[in-house]
Order: sequence, then C-alpha cells, then structure tokens
Amino acid sequence: MSLLTVSDLHVWFGLPNGGELHAVRGIDFSVEPGERFGLVGESGCGKTSAILALMGLLPPNAIVAGEVLLDRENILARGEESAEPHRWRDIAMVFQGAMNAFNPVQTIGAQIVEPMELHDFAEGSAALRRAQELLELVGIPGDRVSRYPHEFSGGMRQRAAIAMALACKPKVLLADEPTTALDVMVQAQILELLTNLANDFGLALVLVTHDLPVVAQVCERAAVMYAGIVAELGSVDRLFHDPRHPYTRLLFAATPDLYGADEVASIPGAPPRLDREPVGCPFEPRCDRAFSPCPTVTPRLLEVEAGHVAACHLNDPAVKAAS
Amino acid sequence: MSAAIEAADAPENPVEVRPGLIRAKVLRQPQTIVGLTVLALFILVAVLSPVLAPDPREQVGPVFDPPSRDYVLGTDGGGADMVSLLIAGARVSLIVGFAAAVVSAFIGGAIGLLSGFFGGKLDTILMRFTDYVIVIPDVPLMIVAAALFGRSLTNIILIIGVIYWTTTARLVRAQVKSVRERVYVKRARSLGAGNVRLIGKHVLPQVAPLLIANTVLLIAYAIFAETFITFLGLGDPSLISWGRLIENAFTDDALLNEAWWAIIPPGVCVAIVVLACTMVGQSMEDSLNPRLSTGHLSVRRFGLRPVPKREP
Amino acid sequence: MSEAGSVNGAPLLEVENLVVRYPLPRGLIGTLRRWPRAHVHAVEGVSFSLRQGEMLALVGESGCGKTTTAQTVLRLLEPDDGRIRFRGEDISRLPPRRLRSLRRRMQIIYQDPYESLDPRFRVRDTVEEPLVIHGLGSKVERRADVLRALEQAGLTPPDLFLDRYPHQLSGGQRQRVAIAASLVLDPDVLVADEPVSMLDVSVRAGVLAILSELRGQGLGILMITHDLSTAARFADRIAVMYLGRIVEEGPADEIIQNAQHPYTRALLSVVPQRDPRARSTPQILRGETPNSVRIPPGCRFHPRCPMAIEECKAVDPQLARPKAATSDSHLAACIRV
Repeated sequence: MSLLTVSDLHVWFGLPNGGELHAVRGIDFSVEPGERFGLVGESGCGKTSAILALMGLLPPNAIVAGEVLLDRENILARGEESAEPHRWRDIAMVFQGAMNAFNPVQTIGAQIVEPMELHDFAEGSAALRRAQELLELVGIPGDRVSRYPHEFSGGMRQRAAIAMALACKPKVLLADEPTTALDVMVQAQILELLTNLANDFGLALVLVTHDLPVVAQVCERAAVMYAGIVAELGSVDRLFHDPRHPYTRLLFAATPDLYGADEVASIPGAPPRLDREPVGCPFEPRCDRAFSPCPTVTPRLLEVEAGHVAACHLNDPAVKAAS
Repeated sequence: MSAAIEAADAPENPVEVRPGLIRAKVLRQPQTIVGLTVLALFILVAVLSPVLAPDPREQVGPVFDPPSRDYVLGTDGGGADMVSLLIAGARVSLIVGFAAAVVSAFIGGAIGLLSGFFGGKLDTILMRFTDYVIVIPDVPLMIVAAALFGRSLTNIILIIGVIYWTTTARLVRAQVKSVRERVYVKRARSLGAGNVRLIGKHVLPQVAPLLIANTVLLIAYAIFAETFITFLGLGDPSLISWGRLIENAFTDDALLNEAWWAIIPPGVCVAIVVLACTMVGQSMEDSLNPRLSTGHLSVRRFGLRPVPKREP
Repeated sequence: MSEAGSVNGAPLLEVENLVVRYPLPRGLIGTLRRWPRAHVHAVEGVSFSLRQGEMLALVGESGCGKTTTAQTVLRLLEPDDGRIRFRGEDISRLPPRRLRSLRRRMQIIYQDPYESLDPRFRVRDTVEEPLVIHGLGSKVERRADVLRALEQAGLTPPDLFLDRYPHQLSGGQRQRVAIAASLVLDPDVLVADEPVSMLDVSVRAGVLAILSELRGQGLGILMITHDLSTAARFADRIAVMYLGRIVEEGPADEIIQNAQHPYTRALLSVVPQRDPRARSTPQILRGETPNSVRIPPGCRFHPRCPMAIEECKAVDPQLARPKAATSDSHLAACIRV
C-alpha cells in the first residue's frame, strides 16, 4: 500500500459567468515513502490545482471529487473536516514563490515555529530549538533563526521555506516549482537538498514543475499532465527513452539540451479550453500521429508495460485494428 | 471623510485598461447603474430647470405653508414653492459640483502626471508642495478665501477646486509611476518615442479611467463643500442653490415655525446626489483598482462532489 | 548545436572595456558625514563584438551584469567608461538627438510577453508605432511594412492578426508581435533579453527559430539568457559572465564541449539534461554569487573556485586563449588554464 494514493481526482472551478472550469479531470498516481515523484506539465495543465487539492487548499469556488489516500485514510472524504488534521502534519507543501512569501516583520525562526504551534506539534523553546535544527538541516547556520527574511538571499529563503514545510515532520512533501526563479547553481543546491531529504528521511517528494530536465535528473517516476489529465506516467527513464504518448515525445523534443544533436521543435497550436468538456483526445489537434478514433473517442489510460501507462490510442491494438 | 480620500492613495493592484474593460467590468456593477441613473435624473432636472421652474421665487402661498396637494413640499420663508426652489437650486449646486471637480481633477491630474512621469527633483518639489497644501485645513481656508475674494460663482468654484486636488495628485502620481515602468512604455521609449507621445498615447489612457473615477468622487465633495459654504453665508446671494435654501431657512427661522419642509428637503437632495456620486466613483475605482481580496484567507471551504462516471 | 551559416560578416557592434556602476544611496547620515559612496559594480570591463549574421549569447546567473550590458550597448543606460562602436562609429557619448536615429538600427525585445504590448493598441498599431515615431512612409507603405514584419515574425496569415488586441493572443503570439515591431524598422542589431523564459516550453522553439532565421537576413542578435541549454542550441557564440566580467567566450560548440574556465565548467555540470541516463558529476559550488558591491580582490571567482591557488587572490586574470582550446576565438580569464 503506497503512502499517498490519488484516485480519480477531479477539480472544478466555478466561473463568475456561471460555468465551470474542469481543471483536473480524473488523475491517478501514487507515491511511496522516500520516492521522488514528478508532476510535469505546461501552464494550465492542472498540476498546481491537483496538488492544492491534495492539501485541501482550494478556494471557495472549487469543487473536488475523488479519493486521496494518505496512509489509507481518505483525506478528502469530508472536505475541510478530513483534510485539516493532516495538513502540515502529514502532508506539507512548498508553494510557488514561497521565498517571496515571508512576512517581512517576523524573524525566520518565528515563522518556522508558527506551524508547529498552530498544529500542536511543539511550542515555546522546544519549538525554537527545532526551528534551529531545521535550518541546519536545510543548510542554513542555526543562529540565523533570529534574522529577518530580507537578510537572506533568494536561495536561502527557499531553503527556509522548505524548513518551514518540514516543521511538523510530514511524510509527504509537495513542492510547486521550487527552483523556477532561481539561478541554475542555486537550483542544483536546492534539488540536491530535496533529494537528500527524500533519501535520508523517507520523505515522499512530489515535485511539480514545467522543467522536464529537472524531473529527468531528480525524480524516479513522473506523470506528464496535459489539459487536466495524465497523458503518461512511468519511470523517467522510460518516459524519455520509450515515450508512449506523442505529447511526452514532443515535449522532450521541444526542450533544448546541452549536448543533444537534434532539431528543437515547437508543438503547434495551444491546449484546449477547460470550460468545455472535450470530445475525444484533448491532444489530438496538435498531435502528429493522430488517426481516425482520436477526434471522437477519448483514450483511456492503458498499461504499456509494468508501471508505465499512457492515454493514447496508438497503444491500443483493439482500436488500431478497428480503424 | 478625508480618511476615505487618503485611503484611495496608491493603487495596490491596478488593472490594465484595455478596450472593452470599462463596459464589461465597470458598467455592469449594480452600484454604478443605480448611481448613474440617479445622477442622470438630477442632471436632467437641472438642465430643464428654466422650463420646469421659470420663476422659483414667485410667491405662491403664505410663508412656511405646510405641504399640500398643490405644493407638495410647502413654501419657504418667502412663500415660494419649495419644489421649484429645489429644481432651480439643483442647477447651481450641480454646476458648482461638476466645475469644481473638473478644476481639481485638472490641477491634481497635471501635478500627478508631471510628478510621476519625470520623477527626480520635479517630483520632490511638487510633492512637497502638495504636502503643504494638504496640511492646510480645508474648511477654514475656504471660509477665509470666500470672505476675502468675494462670493461670485466663479470664485466659489475656484476655491473648492484649488483645495481638493491633492488626493487626485497623489493617486495619479502613483498610477503614472507604475505605468511608466511597464514594459510597453519602456519599449516605446527605446524605439525613440518622445515624452509627449509616451504620455499621450501610453500613459494617459491607462491613467484616465482612474482619474475619471476619482473626479466623480470629487463631485460629491464639491457639492457638499458648496452647500456648507453657502450655508455659512459666503455664497453668491443672487443665486439659488441647495445650500442657499438651507441658509435661508435658518435665517428665516424655519425651525421656530416648525417648517421642516424648508430645511430637510434641500439637505436630502444634497445627500442623494453625494451618495450617487460616491456609488459610481467608488465602484469605478474598485473595478479599476481592486483592493487585495481576502476571500482566500477565510476558513477553507471547497465543495465536494461524487466522482463523475467514466465514459464506457 | 547552431548552424554554421552566415557567420563572420562585418562587425556590427564592438564593445571595449565597458564599465557601468550604480551609486548606492548613502542616506542622510552618510551624506552629512560624507561617507565614501558605495557602488554596485554591474559591469566591470566587458569587451566583445557582434558580427552580421551572428547570434551571440550572453549567459550568466542573476547579478552578473548581462542585462545591464545589453541595455548600455543600446544606450538605454549611460556607460561610465569604455567604448561602444556601432558599424565603426563611436556611440558611447552620442547626444540624445543623434541617439534617435540610432534607435532605428538597434532594437530590443523584452522578456515579458504579457507586458510588452500596450493593451489598448491593436497589433497593427503596435507594429506600426516605430514607423510613426520616426515619421517613415505613407499610410499605404506602412501597412505593407507591417504585414511584412508580421510574416517575418511567423504570424501568418498576417491579415488575421492586424486587428487583434493583446489579450486575444497567446504568450508566444505576443512575443512574435514584439519581434515584428522591432523588425519593422529594418534594424541591424536585435537585442533579445530572455526572449522565451516566460513562454511555455512547447512554444519556445518556434520563437527562437524566428530569431535564428533572422541571422540569415544579416541581422546580428545579442541574446541575454540564463539558460545554457538554449544558448547551446541556438547561439553561434557564447560569452559567460560572472560579477560584471566575461570569464569565458568562444564558439558555442567549443564552449559547451570544451569549457576551460572553472565557473563555466561548474555551470555546465549542474545544468539538468533531458536524458535521465545522462549522469554528469555535478560540481555544485557552495554559497551564492557575492553581491557586486564588494568584489573579491584578485580573481573575482576565487572564493568559490575549486581550482583556486594562492596566486588567484592577487591576480585579476585577463581573457586569453586557454592551452586546451581548439579554436582561436576561444578565450578564458583564468591563470590556471
């Protein structure tokens, strides 16, 4: 039984004009303790909405469906009531731009202590001591605990944000674009930190990013999201060397590489609108291998090999035969 | 009142103005529609007042006659019909209100624009000057100026206009500063566009809607200012305005005669117009300059739904 | 890998020992007490040249001075020292009047496609604006120029886009409009400041391909980027900057395959690659780039350099051809190579 299992997760957002945006359309994935799992996709694919749903941190106009099993308990079962006890204690998150979200008039230490006190994990001097330990853990000298955010560089603030997320010893850490605004050297330091945390403490890491190479180097398994669905899921090795969804293949091809020799190519077109229910495969208009069933029949997630699934008719011998 | 003005200072989250935005966001608000309708009504009455009330001071009944079927709001201290007086008074009150607001908007807009766009020493000088003007208490200044410079309509308009431009200046300056940093302005500058073009084509159009919203709010203040200047006896004696009506009521001892219809209606008119202006101006400003919403900080409440059936 | 193509045309831009410093405010006490003014040493002696038909990528982390260099070269900022030559003419001290005609020959494309376009201007107004500013052509001629520029920027059919507003366009399309607006004046030099970093990955290659093609039309392109992979695949030459100096420069392939300066090598080692099986030994430097107010003595990289020796604290190295270079135009500022 995995540590975190997401089943058929849906997220809708109510729109001011009365319609709904179906941002996440039934995704499944699971993460083991100590595993580094990547959730990859471009803007609008639904990855951030998905992990916010895992934390139960969606706005009031959001509607959620599906199951999120954390240690066998469905934290979405009764909405806020079932999500709240686990938030920060079992599952924690480093938000996008977290390094800029610190309260400028509170010390870093006070801000790391805050979740501990709010969630009855520790308080007073014990909490402060743990805050110091956490800073050391993420590579910041412990005495900085009494400094203010503006005294830290961007990279150090990001580390502090990670320390804050780890305050109550969660089992799962969700990181939303943790290195996007950072220089490549600092990015390497942060990714090294996250990898070590996963290895040393059995922390399950879900890394959400649009940066494919980061996922390729840091994660063991990954799900590629497109228009709210999982297009393909598997080990990063298989995703690169044997992609079974054209979007995965084309996305890799569109990513420039230091040493690659092939042409870097764009994917023409744009993702579909999410305020309407799609007909057929959402990627079909931009796909270079689309064939007869694609515009009308929605592909199901099929297992192409152990631990590797893809939502594409090209993997379905029955459909190919019928067309 | 001034607290509300001060709070309107810096745009925290200014919305980019693009075609269709005004129609979509601003005019759809119920507040705006109601406010505009009320204002339109009053403006119509003011414009048609020579027709509707050709001789407002004509005595039509006994002094302080209570409301009757013929004269719905009774008569004033001179026996003239209150309704005709109110209609005539609308003209002056609204003219002063709009004109003074335009004067303010012009001065404040110009200072804010120059300050925000050019920055540096000019900015410092203009802002210091603005600070000094803000510090001067408005009511005593108006009283002194009115007493000194005479009580003509033009003077009243100028006096009010010259007092109330400071918030506009700050608002415009903040907005101009923010727009000046936008990439498309920098781009135009790097293409070789001169300041005139940058201001005229790129900066001003973004600032104008907020300036208009602020001006509408200023109309409210100006009308109120005119009312109490005249009430204090400093207005033009030959003109009828709502403030004058209230003043007359007091000097004619309306209270002693328990003639509430001579005192309250003009005040109510002022209140309604001020309210309408505030509604329009405030909702315009809110659309163009939304304050940071705190809805997401409320207790987490997202909806739950059963999983939709998958297609077979 | 960049195409060999039409590189080595005439030099369009020659920059020599460019220096740009920003004074830091001293505050009231500092001014009264006449404290010495501290400066941010944004650019501390940068030299390079850009030829016709060439794309030079100026690469570095934040604070290295690449954006300041680009803006100074375009004279959007004033240089404190050094020379900038455009087509042989010294433009470092040109008065504002003369700068205007310069603006037609050198254009800049900004990073943010969502703020680059005036939301009240239609596409045709934005692309036409440069022509209007410089009073060029009749209405008919301008329309033709606009259509041509839109096509060059890959927005086809151009008529379809003329009347659209920015909010009706995607990020990639907006960036192309910005490119079209800079092409309409037929410039010689295009400076692209992180032209694709705010675009989705699937869209980037298209925009970069447009820039790439422009080389074939004789333009010189100076691309500022922090992304070494993009530089590797699209640029002809790469110059790596650190704390206001170019520490290594050379042909793109040479730099990527045979980097000599320890900073460049460290950077390359930590750039993540697409292939999960590609396991380079990352050389993660400790700490972060020091701020450019107090630059370390000697070699500015020595505090973080894995190869530093005693001498490095005293000697400020100049750009010179490294022993292991395989190209004559490969230069590195390190006494140990």
